[in-house]
Amino acid sequence: MLILTCPCCGVTGEETEFHAGGEAHLTRFGPGSTDDDFESYLFMRENPKGVHFERWRHVYGCGKWFHAARCTTTLEVFGTYPAQTLAPPQELCDAISAKRPGWSWRALS
Amino acid sequence: MSKAVTALGGAVNADGIAAIAEVPLQGMITLRGDLAASAVKAAAQSAAGVAVPGPGQANCTGDSGLCWMSPDELLVLCPYGDVSDHVQRMQDSLGDVHALAVDVSDARASFTVTGPHARDVMAKLAPVDFHPDAFQSGMFRRTRMAQVPVAFWMRDSDSFQIICFRSQARYVFDLLSVAAQNGSAVSIF
Repeated sequence: MLILTCPCCGVTGEETEFHAGGEAHLTRFGPGSTDDDFESYLFMRENPKGVHFERWRHVYGCGKWFHAARCTTTLEVFGTYPAQTLAPPQELCDAISAKRPGWSWRALS
Repeated sequence: MSKAVTALGGAVNADGIAAIAEVPLQGMITLRGDLAASAVKAAAQSAAGVAVPGPGQANCTGDSGLCWMSPDELLVLCPYGDVSDHVQRMQDSLGDVHALAVDVSDARASFTVTGPHARDVMAKLAPVDFHPDAFQSGMFRRTRMAQVPVAFWMRDSDSFQIICFRSQARYVFDLLSVAAQNGSAVSIF
Protein backbone atom coordinates (compact mmCIF):
# COMPACT_ATOMS: atom_id res chain seq x y z
CA MET A 1 0.00 0.00 0.00
CA LEU A 2 1.43 3.34 -1.05
CA ILE A 3 0.82 6.38 1.12
CA LEU A 4 1.00 9.43 -1.15
CA THR A 5 0.83 13.13 -0.33
CA CYS A 6 -0.69 15.27 -3.05
CA PRO A 7 1.63 18.26 -3.54
CA CYS A 8 -1.28 20.27 -4.91
CA CYS A 9 -3.81 20.05 -2.06
CA GLY A 10 -1.53 18.66 0.66
CA VAL A 11 -3.81 15.71 1.47
CA THR A 12 -2.11 12.46 2.45
CA GLY A 13 -4.05 9.40 1.39
CA GLU A 14 -3.54 5.80 0.47
CA GLU A 15 -3.23 4.66 -3.12
CA THR A 16 -6.89 3.86 -3.81
CA GLU A 17 -7.70 7.55 -3.48
CA PHE A 18 -5.27 8.19 -6.36
CA HIS A 19 -4.79 6.76 -9.82
CA ALA A 20 -1.48 5.84 -11.38
CA GLY A 21 -0.69 7.56 -14.68
CA GLY A 22 2.37 5.69 -15.91
CA GLU A 23 5.99 6.66 -16.18
CA ALA A 24 7.07 10.21 -15.43
CA HIS A 25 9.09 12.65 -17.53
CA LEU A 26 8.48 11.14 -20.96
CA THR A 27 9.57 13.27 -23.88
CA ARG A 28 6.89 13.27 -26.52
CA PHE A 29 7.88 12.60 -30.11
CA GLY A 30 5.12 13.30 -32.59
CA PRO A 31 4.77 13.79 -36.34
CA GLY A 32 8.08 14.58 -38.02
CA SER A 33 10.21 12.65 -35.54
CA THR A 34 12.28 9.66 -36.51
CA ASP A 35 10.77 6.21 -36.32
CA ASP A 36 13.19 5.22 -33.58
CA ASP A 37 12.29 8.22 -31.41
CA PHE A 38 8.61 7.67 -31.96
CA GLU A 39 8.84 3.99 -31.16
CA SER A 40 10.76 4.60 -27.95
CA TYR A 41 8.33 7.32 -26.89
CA LEU A 42 5.37 5.11 -27.58
CA PHE A 43 6.52 1.72 -26.33
CA MET A 44 9.75 1.74 -24.36
CA ARG A 45 9.19 2.03 -20.62
CA GLU A 46 11.38 1.56 -17.60
CA ASN A 47 10.64 -1.49 -15.48
CA PRO A 48 13.08 -0.99 -12.61
CA LYS A 49 13.59 -3.01 -9.48
CA GLY A 50 13.99 -0.15 -7.04
CA VAL A 51 13.71 3.59 -7.60
CA HIS A 52 10.98 4.60 -10.01
CA PHE A 53 9.36 7.89 -11.04
CA GLU A 54 5.68 7.95 -11.91
CA ARG A 55 2.76 10.24 -12.64
CA TRP A 56 -0.25 10.04 -10.34
CA ARG A 57 -3.58 11.76 -10.24
CA HIS A 58 -5.50 12.66 -7.08
CA VAL A 59 -8.65 11.32 -8.65
CA TYR A 60 -10.94 11.21 -5.58
CA GLY A 61 -9.61 14.50 -4.21
CA CYS A 62 -8.51 17.70 -5.90
CA GLY A 63 -8.26 15.96 -9.29
CA LYS A 64 -4.77 17.26 -10.08
CA TRP A 65 -1.83 15.39 -11.59
CA PHE A 66 1.52 15.19 -9.83
CA HIS A 67 4.74 13.19 -9.80
CA ALA A 68 5.86 10.61 -7.28
CA ALA A 69 9.19 8.87 -6.64
CA ARG A 70 8.93 5.45 -5.05
CA CYS A 71 10.63 2.11 -4.63
CA THR A 72 9.05 -0.75 -6.58
CA THR A 73 10.34 -3.41 -4.20
CA THR A 74 9.53 -1.92 -0.79
CA LEU A 75 6.72 0.44 -1.90
CA GLU A 76 8.47 3.21 0.01
CA VAL A 77 7.42 6.62 -1.32
CA PHE A 78 10.46 8.90 -1.40
CA GLY A 79 8.46 11.99 -2.20
CA THR A 80 5.97 13.70 -4.45
CA TYR A 81 6.39 16.89 -6.48
CA PRO A 82 4.27 19.03 -8.80
CA ALA A 83 3.49 18.01 -12.36
CA GLN A 84 4.74 21.28 -13.88
CA THR A 85 8.35 20.20 -14.18
CA LEU A 86 10.62 18.19 -16.48
CA ALA A 87 12.78 16.61 -13.79
CA PRO A 88 12.55 15.77 -10.09
CA PRO A 89 13.81 18.40 -7.62
CA GLN A 90 17.43 18.03 -6.54
CA GLU A 91 16.47 17.66 -2.83
CA LEU A 92 14.40 14.62 -3.71
CA CYS A 93 17.26 13.06 -5.71
CA ASP A 94 19.59 13.71 -2.76
CA ALA A 95 17.10 12.11 -0.36
CA ILE A 96 16.87 9.05 -2.61
CA SER A 97 20.68 8.87 -2.82
CA ALA A 98 20.84 8.80 0.97
CA LYS A 99 18.48 5.84 1.09
CA ARG A 100 19.46 3.97 -2.09
CA PRO A 101 23.13 4.74 -2.81
CA GLY A 102 24.03 4.18 -6.45
CA TRP A 103 20.48 4.31 -7.77
CA SER A 104 19.83 5.24 -11.37
CA TRP A 105 16.73 5.75 -13.48
CA ARG A 106 17.02 6.68 -17.15
CA ALA A 107 19.44 9.64 -17.20
CA LEU A 108 19.01 10.34 -13.49
CA SER A 109 21.23 9.00 -10.74
CA MET B 1 -42.17 25.34 -12.01
CA SER B 2 -41.80 21.77 -10.80
CA LYS B 3 -41.42 21.02 -7.13
CA ALA B 4 -37.83 20.28 -6.14
CA VAL B 5 -37.25 17.10 -4.15
CA THR B 6 -34.20 15.45 -2.66
CA ALA B 7 -32.80 12.29 -4.20
CA LEU B 8 -34.31 9.91 -1.62
CA GLY B 9 -37.19 12.02 -0.35
CA GLY B 10 -35.66 12.55 3.08
CA ALA B 11 -34.67 8.94 3.81
CA VAL B 12 -33.84 8.20 7.45
CA ASN B 13 -32.31 5.17 9.15
CA ALA B 14 -32.21 5.63 12.89
CA ASP B 15 -32.16 1.94 13.85
CA GLY B 16 -28.41 1.35 13.87
CA ILE B 17 -25.39 2.39 15.89
CA ALA B 18 -25.46 5.81 14.21
CA ALA B 19 -28.40 7.69 12.75
CA ILE B 20 -28.30 8.19 8.97
CA ALA B 21 -30.48 10.95 7.56
CA GLU B 22 -30.76 12.61 4.21
CA VAL B 23 -30.32 16.36 4.45
CA PRO B 24 -33.27 18.44 3.19
CA LEU B 25 -32.78 20.47 0.01
CA GLN B 26 -29.47 22.27 0.39
CA GLY B 27 -28.22 25.06 -1.84
CA MET B 28 -24.71 24.36 -3.16
CA ILE B 29 -22.62 26.57 -5.40
CA THR B 30 -19.28 25.53 -6.81
CA LEU B 31 -16.89 28.47 -6.92
CA ARG B 32 -13.66 27.95 -8.83
CA GLY B 33 -10.93 30.51 -9.11
CA ASP B 34 -7.82 31.81 -7.41
CA LEU B 35 -8.79 31.58 -3.73
CA ALA B 36 -6.16 34.16 -2.84
CA ALA B 37 -7.88 36.77 -5.03
CA SER B 38 -9.87 39.24 -2.97
CA ALA B 39 -12.77 39.30 -5.46
CA VAL B 40 -13.18 35.52 -5.18
CA LYS B 41 -13.01 35.63 -1.39
CA ALA B 42 -15.51 38.46 -1.25
CA ALA B 43 -17.94 36.62 -3.54
CA ALA B 44 -17.74 33.50 -1.38
CA GLN B 45 -18.14 35.38 1.87
CA SER B 46 -21.07 37.44 0.65
CA ALA B 47 -23.04 34.32 -0.26
CA ALA B 48 -22.19 32.21 2.78
CA GLY B 49 -21.77 34.88 5.43
CA VAL B 50 -18.69 33.18 6.91
CA ALA B 51 -14.93 33.55 6.50
CA VAL B 52 -13.10 31.50 3.83
CA PRO B 53 -11.80 28.32 5.49
CA GLY B 54 -8.20 27.21 5.28
CA PRO B 55 -7.06 24.08 3.40
CA GLY B 56 -8.90 20.96 4.54
CA GLN B 57 -11.42 22.92 6.58
CA ALA B 58 -15.13 23.64 6.45
CA ASN B 59 -16.73 26.69 7.98
CA CYS B 60 -20.44 25.97 8.29
CA THR B 61 -23.28 27.24 10.42
CA GLY B 62 -26.73 25.74 9.87
CA ASP B 63 -27.37 25.44 6.14
CA SER B 64 -24.84 28.11 5.18
CA GLY B 65 -21.11 27.80 4.98
CA LEU B 66 -17.95 27.39 2.95
CA CYS B 67 -16.02 24.19 2.31
CA TRP B 68 -12.46 24.06 0.97
CA MET B 69 -12.60 21.57 -1.92
CA SER B 70 -9.15 22.06 -3.48
CA PRO B 71 -6.62 24.88 -3.88
CA ASP B 72 -8.80 26.44 -6.57
CA GLU B 73 -12.30 25.42 -5.53
CA LEU B 74 -14.77 26.29 -2.77
CA LEU B 75 -18.18 24.81 -2.13
CA VAL B 76 -20.61 27.51 -1.04
CA LEU B 77 -23.55 26.27 1.03
CA CYS B 78 -26.66 28.42 1.35
CA PRO B 79 -30.42 27.98 1.77
CA TYR B 80 -31.87 26.22 -1.29
CA GLY B 81 -34.23 29.06 -2.21
CA ASP B 82 -31.44 31.66 -2.27
CA VAL B 83 -29.15 29.88 -4.73
CA SER B 84 -30.08 31.66 -7.94
CA ASP B 85 -29.89 35.08 -6.26
CA HIS B 86 -26.48 34.27 -4.80
CA VAL B 87 -25.11 32.91 -8.08
CA GLN B 88 -26.26 36.03 -9.92
CA ARG B 89 -24.77 38.31 -7.27
CA MET B 90 -21.50 36.37 -7.23
CA GLN B 91 -21.21 36.54 -11.01
CA ASP B 92 -21.92 40.27 -10.94
CA SER B 93 -19.35 40.93 -8.24
CA LEU B 94 -16.73 38.72 -9.91
CA GLY B 95 -17.06 40.63 -13.16
CA ASP B 96 -13.98 40.05 -15.30
CA VAL B 97 -12.13 38.01 -12.66
CA HIS B 98 -11.20 34.56 -14.01
CA ALA B 99 -13.60 32.52 -11.88
CA LEU B 100 -16.64 30.31 -12.14
CA ALA B 101 -19.77 30.14 -9.96
CA VAL B 102 -22.25 27.38 -10.77
CA ASP B 103 -25.39 26.11 -9.05
CA VAL B 104 -24.86 22.41 -8.32
CA SER B 105 -27.60 21.99 -5.69
CA ASP B 106 -29.61 19.49 -7.72
CA ALA B 107 -26.56 17.50 -8.81
CA ARG B 108 -25.74 16.41 -5.28
CA ALA B 109 -27.19 14.53 -2.36
CA SER B 110 -26.23 15.04 1.26
CA PHE B 111 -26.46 12.87 4.37
CA THR B 112 -25.70 13.21 8.03
CA VAL B 113 -24.24 10.47 10.21
CA THR B 114 -24.86 11.21 13.85
CA GLY B 115 -24.20 9.42 17.10
CA PRO B 116 -21.38 8.29 19.36
CA HIS B 117 -20.39 5.62 16.80
CA ALA B 118 -20.39 7.98 13.80
CA ARG B 119 -16.59 7.70 13.52
CA ASP B 120 -16.86 3.91 13.41
CA VAL B 121 -19.36 4.04 10.58
CA MET B 122 -17.27 6.50 8.55
CA ALA B 123 -14.02 4.64 9.17
CA LYS B 124 -15.50 1.44 7.72
CA LEU B 125 -16.12 3.15 4.39
CA ALA B 126 -13.48 5.80 3.70
CA PRO B 127 -9.66 5.39 3.61
CA VAL B 128 -9.11 8.26 6.02
CA ASP B 129 -7.60 8.39 9.50
CA PHE B 130 -10.61 9.06 11.73
CA HIS B 131 -8.76 9.01 15.03
CA PRO B 132 -10.08 11.88 17.18
CA ASP B 133 -6.59 13.38 17.17
CA ALA B 134 -6.37 13.24 13.38
CA PHE B 135 -9.86 14.15 12.21
CA GLN B 136 -11.60 16.79 14.22
CA SER B 137 -14.61 19.01 14.21
CA GLY B 138 -14.54 21.44 11.30
CA MET B 139 -12.20 19.36 9.16
CA PHE B 140 -13.22 18.66 5.57
CA ARG B 141 -12.07 15.88 3.28
CA ARG B 142 -12.73 14.75 -0.27
CA THR B 143 -12.13 11.07 -0.75
CA ARG B 144 -13.93 7.93 -1.77
CA MET B 145 -16.55 5.97 0.15
CA ALA B 146 -16.45 2.34 -0.98
CA GLN B 147 -16.62 2.83 -4.76
CA VAL B 148 -17.84 6.40 -5.18
CA PRO B 149 -16.34 9.85 -4.60
CA VAL B 150 -17.67 11.81 -1.64
CA ALA B 151 -16.79 14.82 0.44
CA PHE B 152 -17.54 15.14 4.12
CA TRP B 153 -16.84 17.28 7.12
CA MET B 154 -17.30 16.99 10.85
CA ARG B 155 -20.06 19.24 12.12
CA ASP B 156 -19.31 18.50 15.77
CA SER B 157 -17.64 15.79 17.80
CA ASP B 158 -20.14 13.05 16.88
CA SER B 159 -21.68 14.09 13.60
CA PHE B 160 -20.54 14.07 9.98
CA GLN B 161 -22.16 15.54 6.91
CA ILE B 162 -21.51 13.81 3.60
CA ILE B 163 -21.99 15.12 0.08
CA CYS B 164 -22.12 12.77 -2.90
CA PHE B 165 -23.40 12.82 -6.46
CA ARG B 166 -27.17 12.65 -6.64
CA SER B 167 -27.15 9.61 -8.92
CA GLN B 168 -25.22 7.73 -6.24
CA ALA B 169 -27.45 8.77 -3.33
CA ARG B 170 -29.13 5.38 -2.92
CA TYR B 171 -25.78 3.59 -3.02
CA VAL B 172 -24.29 5.87 -0.36
CA PHE B 173 -27.38 5.67 1.85
CA ASP B 174 -27.38 1.87 1.67
CA LEU B 175 -23.65 1.74 2.37
CA LEU B 176 -24.06 3.89 5.45
CA SER B 177 -27.05 1.88 6.61
CA VAL B 178 -25.13 -1.40 6.36
CA ALA B 179 -22.10 0.11 8.08
CA ALA B 180 -24.37 1.31 10.89
CA GLN B 181 -26.12 -2.01 11.50
CA ASN B 182 -26.76 -2.87 15.12
CA GLY B 183 -24.04 -4.94 16.71
CA SER B 184 -21.42 -3.80 14.20
CA ALA B 185 -19.70 -1.23 16.40
CA VAL B 186 -15.92 -1.59 16.22
CA SER B 187 -15.32 0.87 19.07
CA ILE B 188 -11.71 1.37 18.05
CA PHE B 189 -11.73 5.10 18.70
